[in-house]
Amino acid sequence: MSRLTAKGLTLGYDQRRIVDDLTLAVPDGSFTVIVGANGSGKSTLLRGLARLLNPHSGGVYLDGEQIHRLRSKEVARRLGLLPQGPTAPDGIVVSDLVGRGRHPHVGLLKQWSEGDQKAVDGAMAATNTTDLRNRYVDELSGGQRQRVWIAMALAQQTPLLLLDEPTTYLDIAHQVDVLELCAELHEEHGRTLVVVLHDLNHACRYATHLVAMREGRIVAEGAPTDIVTAELVEKVFGLRCRVIPDPETGTPLVVPARGRRTRTPKGSLDDPAATREAVC
Amino acid sequence: MSAFVEERHDPVRILRLGSAVRLRVHRRSVAVGLTLLAAIVAIGLVTLGTGDYPISVPDTIDTLLGGGTPIQHFIIETLRLPRLLTAILVGAALAVGGALFQSLSRNPLGSPDVIGFNSGAATGALVVLLVLHGSAGSVSMGAIIGGVGTALAVYVLAMRRGVSGYRLILVGIGMAAMLESANSYLLTRSELNEAQSAAAWLVGSLNGRSWEQVRPVAIALVVLLPAAIRVSRDLRLLELGDDTARGLGVHAERSRLAAIVVGVGLSAVATASAGPIGFIALAAPQVSRRLTGAQGPGVIPAALCGAMLLSASDLAAQRVFAPTQLPVGVATGVVGGLYLAWLLSREWKKGRG
Repeated sequence: MSRLTAKGLTLGYDQRRIVDDLTLAVPDGSFTVIVGANGSGKSTLLRGLARLLNPHSGGVYLDGEQIHRLRSKEVARRLGLLPQGPTAPDGIVVSDLVGRGRHPHVGLLKQWSEGDQKAVDGAMAATNTTDLRNRYVDELSGGQRQRVWIAMALAQQTPLLLLDEPTTYLDIAHQVDVLELCAELHEEHGRTLVVVLHDLNHACRYATHLVAMREGRIVAEGAPTDIVTAELVEKVFGLRCRVIPDPETGTPLVVPARGRRTRTPKGSLDDPAATREAVC
Repeated sequence: MSAFVEERHDPVRILRLGSAVRLRVHRRSVAVGLTLLAAIVAIGLVTLGTGDYPISVPDTIDTLLGGGTPIQHFIIETLRLPRLLTAILVGAALAVGGALFQSLSRNPLGSPDVIGFNSGAATGALVVLLVLHGSAGSVSMGAIIGGVGTALAVYVLAMRRGVSGYRLILVGIGMAAMLESANSYLLTRSELNEAQSAAAWLVGSLNGRSWEQVRPVAIALVVLLPAAIRVSRDLRLLELGDDTARGLGVHAERSRLAAIVVGVGLSAVATASAGPIGFIALAAPQVSRRLTGAQGPGVIPAALCGAMLLSASDLAAQRVFAPTQLPVGVATGVVGGLYLAWLLSREWKKGRG
C-alpha cells in the first residue's frame, strides 16, 4: 500500500517541463531516497509531492485523494516537509522554532496543549536538541541548525516526512549524523521518509527504496542492492564507475572511474606518450 | 562559551480559560503591553488637562467619570478627548499596518510609509484639495483612494510568482519617489493659501479633531484589528519562508493577500483621519519587537506602542512650543526617531542588532 502516490505527474515552471508524466508510489514505511544529476527534476518532484507546485497534468494523491483538493492544514497533519536551505528569522529561539511545527494541530483558541508540548519535547529529544532549546537559531552551527529544523518537522508529527537535501552545506560527519537520525526516525518511529540526496553512496547506504531520475523521468526504482549497477550510474549521472559492496554495510558503493581523459579515444594519463601527443 | 549555554527563562506560558480555550502567552509581551497601556493612560490624563485652560489630573478623572464643572466637561469631552482618542486609534492603526507589512516583506523598511502608501494618499488628498477644491470630507476620501490605489499598483508591479520582500520595497520606493514629485508639482502650481493648508495636511495633524473623526477609525479598528491578529498567525510562519509555511499548512498566497488588504485598510483609514503621519508605522513595530523580544508581527504590542508613541508625540507637539501648536507629524519624527536610535544603539552595544 502507498499513502502517497503520483500518477502521470507533469510539473514545470512556466512552459518548461521538469517532471514529465511520472508515476510513483512511495511504499509505506519506507526510507525512499530520490537521486539524480543536477537538473534531473528530483527536487521538483519532491516539491510536487508536497503540493508546493501545481501539476500541469496528472496529480499527487494522499490516501487516495487528490492532494490539491484537500485542505492545506489537513495535508499538513499527514505530510511534513523540510525544504532546501530553510531560513530562520533573526533572533528566533530554538524552542520557538520547533514549536511552530505544531501549527497544523493548533487553533486560534486552542493554541497549546500538553500534547503539543509533548510533541515538541519528543522532537527535540529525538534530534538531540533539547539542550539547545533556549539558544538563538542564528548562533548555532550548521549541523545543529539542521537538526533543529528536522525537530520542527518532527514536531508536526506526520506519518509522512519529505526532506529536500537535508545534508547540503554540512561537513561529512554532520551529513552522516543527519542521515543516521533519518534512519532512526524511519526504523524506530515507523515514519515514511522521502528524501532527496546528492550523494549516491549515502543514498545506497540508507535508502530502503531508491528512485533514480533522469530528465524528469524515473529510470529505475527499487532496493539499492537490486538496482544500482555501473550501467545505471552511467545512465543517470553520466559517470563511469565501478560498483563494489560497501565494506561497512554491504550495500552498493559507487567508485568513480579515474580521470575524464579516459573518455578521449586516444590514450590516458597512464600513457605518457599519448598525453604528450595530446598536449602538443 | 558560558554565555551561550546560560539558561533563559521559558518565555511562553499557557493561559487556560475553561477547557475550550488555551492561549499561548508570551510573558514579556504581557508585561510590556501592560506598561504601555499604563503609559497611554498617564499620557492621556496629562493631555486632557493640558492647554489654555489647565485642568488638574484629579479633576480630569472626576470629569471623565461624570463629575466636574460644565466648562471642564465641555473642554474635556468636546475638545480634548476626541483629539486624544484619534491620536491613540490612529497610532494603533498605523503601527499594526506597519507590523503587517514589515513581516510580509521581512524587512523593517517594508512599512507602508516607506513604500509609497503615504505619498499616494498625499497625492489623492492634494488632487482633491488643489485641483477639485473639495471639502475636508472629500480630502479624506481622496487620501483613501490615493493610498489604496498606490498599494494596488505596488502590489501588481511587485508581483511575479508571489511578492518578494525586496521587490516590494524597491517598487514601493520608486513609486513613492514618483508620487512625491507629482505632489511637489501640485503644490508649486497652487495658490499660496491653498498650498499652505495643503502643506499642513501633508505633515499630518490632529488639531481640532471631533467625534466625527473618531468614529470611522474606531469602527475600522474594531473590524480590522481581529483580522490582523488572525492573519499575523500565518505571517509568523511565512517568516520561515514560503515552502516551510506551506508545508505547515499555511495558504501562502491567500494569507499574504489578506495581510495586504488588512494592512492597507488600516493605513488608509489612519491617513484619512490624521494625514500622512510619518514614522509611526516604521518605528512602532520595531520598538515593540525589541521591547518584547518576541518573534513575529506581534499585533497587540505594536498597536499599543503606536498608540503610545502618537499620543506622546501629540502631547509634545501641543506642549513644547505652547501656545503655538505644532502638527503632530513634526513631533513623531523626533520622538520616534530618538527612541528607535536609542534602542538600536543599546542593542549594538550588547552585540545583537
